[in-house]
Amino acid sequence: MTKRYSIFSLARNALSHHENWREAWRSPEPQPEYDVVIVGGGGHGLASAYYLARNFDVGRIAVVEKGWIGGGNTGRNTTIVRSNYLWDEAAHLYEKSLQLWEGLSQELNYNVMFSQRGVMNLGHTLQDMRDIVRRSSANRLNGIDSEVLTPMDIKRRVPAIDVGPSARYPILGASFQPRGGVARHDAVAWGFARAADQLGVDIIQNCEVTGIRQVDGAVTALETSRGPIRTAKVGVVAAGHSSVMAAMAGLRLPIESHPLQALVSEPLKPVLDTVIMSNAVHGYISQSDKGELVIGAGIDAYTGYGQRGSYGIIEGNIAAIVTLFPSFSRVRMLRQWGGIVDVCPDACPIIGKTPVRGLYFNCGWGTGGFKATPGSGWVFAHTVAKDEPHSLNAAFSLERFYTGALIDEHGAAGVAH
Amino acid sequence: MLQIECPWCGACDQSEFSYGGEAHIARPKTPADLSDQEWGDYLFNRENPKGWHREQWCHTAGCRRWFNAVRDTVTSRIKAYYQMGAIPPEEDVR
Repeated sequence: MTKRYSIFSLARNALSHHENWREAWRSPEPQPEYDVVIVGGGGHGLASAYYLARNFDVGRIAVVEKGWIGGGNTGRNTTIVRSNYLWDEAAHLYEKSLQLWEGLSQELNYNVMFSQRGVMNLGHTLQDMRDIVRRSSANRLNGIDSEVLTPMDIKRRVPAIDVGPSARYPILGASFQPRGGVARHDAVAWGFARAADQLGVDIIQNCEVTGIRQVDGAVTALETSRGPIRTAKVGVVAAGHSSVMAAMAGLRLPIESHPLQALVSEPLKPVLDTVIMSNAVHGYISQSDKGELVIGAGIDAYTGYGQRGSYGIIEGNIAAIVTLFPSFSRVRMLRQWGGIVDVCPDACPIIGKTPVRGLYFNCGWGTGGFKATPGSGWVFAHTVAKDEPHSLNAAFSLERFYTGALIDEHGAAGVAH
Repeated sequence: MLQIECPWCGACDQSEFSYGGEAHIARPKTPADLSDQEWGDYLFNRENPKGWHREQWCHTAGCRRWFNAVRDTVTSRIKAYYQMGAIPPEEDVR
């Protein structure tokens, strides 16, 4: 195993024509027993396993993934990273995640290509602007960087955008988080996988969980397509398949799984060096290092596990993008796909214990999970290891749906539910 | 673009319809008698199946009536339509 990537390992391997790079992670056979099993090998699951191994002394850890790691929503999102959420509880959790992003490539010894090119949320109505000023102020009170921009500020930064008065919904301003940006979604999965593997975590792919065994209300084992695995602690991080997993434990969740679509254009010369999001006309866009415009839409209204949605969503989304950037009307779209997002009634995640002892769920991230990848793993590792939530995820328990303590982040989520 | 068969108007484009979520969630007749757990369960918890789903649709851009459908949430194939208030066509679709 290549222990450490460095200029020296690069030079050494250049001498042997790059034919001797070792696997970035092992492919071990599942053991009959582990101390902790994480179900779901996406970014959040792998981050959870990594921080479990790094920060706690829980013994043997495995990640089981029914397909290939990062093949679910981690491989299908529009890569935006930010922490500009409204309520204290959400702001602190996403900001913790952003701070982890800032050191992540060094921490994992893997380039996750985190580019802090800023994120703009546009306002097109007076109420949009009131909400923007409110959220921006709330961010700054929580120590999170935020500015409010005028249309001229926006035009100076983004020459291709139309801030003129002839638009159906003219741009009146924007919030801007300078420390936000984008990251390479596959790389964060691979980076966490490699780092977790080096700490002894077994990453087991092509291993589908088919049942959760309980005795006296406590987890005893998982049934999988590659045999049973005894364990007393299971952390389920299965995103769109969370309800399927919950049903195996006899539980229902306040979650609905919807298609969320995205698309990329042909590569273009650099035309957009920040991230633009608009709630009102509805779309969000950035330009990747390959030059592709990366564009995301709102969810399809019906529930769906097919990783695809209806074309009407794309049509509406592209209409919004062309409204903002008229010169993009002639760009050709290269590829379009969908994920399965587990949407929660208050657009906030569920991270915590369940009525079953030893069974923990980290889900409900809906349309906004990618930005939280490291932060989610950080707090979920604590929750599983200590059998108690971290202070940053205590408010995001299942209980809030019975006490009424919902935390409504639909506005900051920025993606139509 | 799904083709959805409105029981009154026949097969129409999906864009004419609005989605109404999981069917057969009966509003409790005496909410004040429910515990917080029961009320929260009614308000928020859902089956969210991977597979056949009994759900509600409204022909918003047509006759504007509501009806139920049984749709596979993986393939989006709809195998049955039935009226609001009717018993679902199959005993066990899950």
